[in-house]
Amino acid sequence: MTDSTPAPDPEARDDAPRGTTRSARPDETQQERGETALAARTITINKRPEDVYAFWRDFSNLSGVMENVESITVRDDRTSHWVVSAPGGRTVEWDAIVTEDEPNRLLAWKSADGADVSNSGRVEFRDGGPRGTLVTATLAYDPPGGVIGKLVAKLFQKEPGIQQRRDLRRIKQFLETGEVSTSSPPNPAPKA
Amino acid sequence: MRALTWHGKHDVRVDTVPDPEIINPRDAIIKVTSTAICGSDLHLYDAYIPTLKAGDILGHEFMGEVVETGPRSTLKKGQRVVVPFVIACGSCYFCGKHQYSACDNSNPADNQDISEELWGHPAAGLFGYSHMTGGYPGGQAEYVRVPYSDVGPIVIPDGVEDEKVLFLSDILPTGWMAAENADIEPGDTVAVWGCGPVGLFAVQSAFLMGAARVIAIDHFPNRLALARKFGAEILNYEDSKIYDALMEMTGGIGPDAVIDAVGMESHGLFADNVLDQIKATAFLGTERPHVLRQAIVACRKGGRVSVPGVYGGFVDKFPMGAFMEKGLTMKTGQTHVQHYLPGLLNAILEEKIDTTFLISHRMGLEDAPHGYDIFKNNQDEVTKIVLKPDMAKA
Ligand SMILES: NC(=O)c1ccc[n+]([C@@H]2O[C@H](COP(=O)([O-])OP(=O)(O)OC[C@H]3O[C@@H](n4cnc5c(N)ncnc54)[C@H](O)[C@@H]3O)[C@@H](O)[C@H]2O)c1
Ligand SMILES: [Zn+2]
Ligand SMILES: [Zn+2]
Repeated sequence: MTDSTPAPDPEARDDAPRGTTRSARPDETQQERGETALAARTITINKRPEDVYAFWRDFSNLSGVMENVESITVRDDRTSHWVVSAPGGRTVEWDAIVTEDEPNRLLAWKSADGADVSNSGRVEFRDGGPRGTLVTATLAYDPPGGVIGKLVAKLFQKEPGIQQRRDLRRIKQFLETGEVSTSSPPNPAPKA
Repeated sequence: MRALTWHGKHDVRVDTVPDPEIINPRDAIIKVTSTAICGSDLHLYDAYIPTLKAGDILGHEFMGEVVETGPRSTLKKGQRVVVPFVIACGSCYFCGKHQYSACDNSNPADNQDISEELWGHPAAGLFGYSHMTGGYPGGQAEYVRVPYSDVGPIVIPDGVEDEKVLFLSDILPTGWMAAENADIEPGDTVAVWGCGPVGLFAVQSAFLMGAARVIAIDHFPNRLALARKFGAEILNYEDSKIYDALMEMTGGIGPDAVIDAVGMESHGLFADNVLDQIKATAFLGTERPHVLRQAIVACRKGGRVSVPGVYGGFVDKFPMGAFMEKGLTMKTGQTHVQHYLPGLLNAILEEKIDTTFLISHRMGLEDAPHGYDIFKNNQDEVTKIVLKPDMAKA
């Protein structure tokens, strides 16, 4: 395995990256927290790992780029407070706590007790040479409202798996081009 | 402002719509001075392309004057520019390789889902060409917002009239890339299906790249006559059997390279075509790939197949056996316009390539719906329509 290959699923019988095996599911600790859904995705960003990591590590950068995130307030080096819009005009909130931090390689977090949506995940950064950095984001979450809730969220395109895929594209756009591509005028209602 | 908007199959209208605004730092706003209707627009007009919404502004071939710039645009107010129909960020891996139509970033994140689902990877953003390629308002309008304006538009020197350079936006580089994709070697015989703008520029380009003979195929006498003007031998598929004629003309060898400059809406009462049409109507297969099949079967062993013609879905009865057994190579793609602009602008200025011969009609933007109608229904006479926003309604 070269440095640029995403890590295989520990439970897989082949080299399939985590999230692409048919049986992919959150690990045991995550499941104990009620996080039954898993979304994993890798994208290549044409920047050095140290640039991508530095951008990510300052979580306040993410709120301008991730679509459904209304605000991210950095409380201290390990804790940030997230307010995310949900279907039906609601918002969900949680404190995210950094659980692992290896500069230029890895960031992992979990939501603190009392989160509206329990979630945990990790973002890994791998050097892809002339192609930039392979960013693998793995997110485990407790689908709000269970299976039905997940369907509703999908309908409103706020399902975390879809959202993750689109947010990764937006982060890539921002880091590579300095802006987020759009074809429609900005929402007249300003973002909080 | 006024703009040509799509409302459904064969229903386009000139409406008053909000003026575009600068949204992102690299944007510019262009006041359109000339814009053309393209064969690709006919696929939209005929409702062959999904994800178009009522009210969408069409048009991807346009040029004009810079009237507003974002803080990171490199353009200056008052400059005249031609804008590529492909939107490209200039900073992703693909733009770095000059494969601009594969740009990773120009299609907004949400719009990328459809093409990723359909084609395996998201498509780049295009002007005025449905929401799966970005939902960007097009240039058949008085004004247009140009994203990544520091990468795409090419500045035109003063004193060069619009009509000489307008086709840099699409069909000239498309015809050129079609010939390049045919990997022409000196002395080659190249067959080109379709004598629309793309085919006609492919004919000119093939000769410039060293082809000894170009055989152009269509059924419109006027379009065929234009191909002949550039030195091509011509075949009218209503009068002649194309495969048989090509074999006789090449001593049984077949053309060294074949170019499909027709795409998914090929005409003609060929048995496979009629079947395709019935299937397309019944949503069983989506394309009418008659030309592609014929080109592959006619191509010589070990030859090259170049496909500038647009396809969007699935091709039924693709002659994979002929393709494999004869060891053919195929190259295709939306044009990497930005890559070709400096060289082709020079070729125009040095008068190595003629572009104005193509224009059969000029009209005001207000007459654009009529333009679509005649471009669709009278292709023999109507080779290319240029719309001028400041020209009065006829
Ligand atoms: N790859 C790109 O980036 C790109 C860019 C522009 C246009 N295009 C595509 O190129 C194609 C041609 O564009 P155009 O503007 O020249 O279109 P056009 O509609 O003006 O011309 C197509 C020509 O093909 C001819 N034709 C139809 N059926 C035929 C057949 N069976 N055999 C031979 N000729 C046949 C028609 O009579 C017509 O003259 C279209 O599919 C268009 O979408 C691709
Ligand atoms: Zn075009
Ligand atoms: Zn790009």
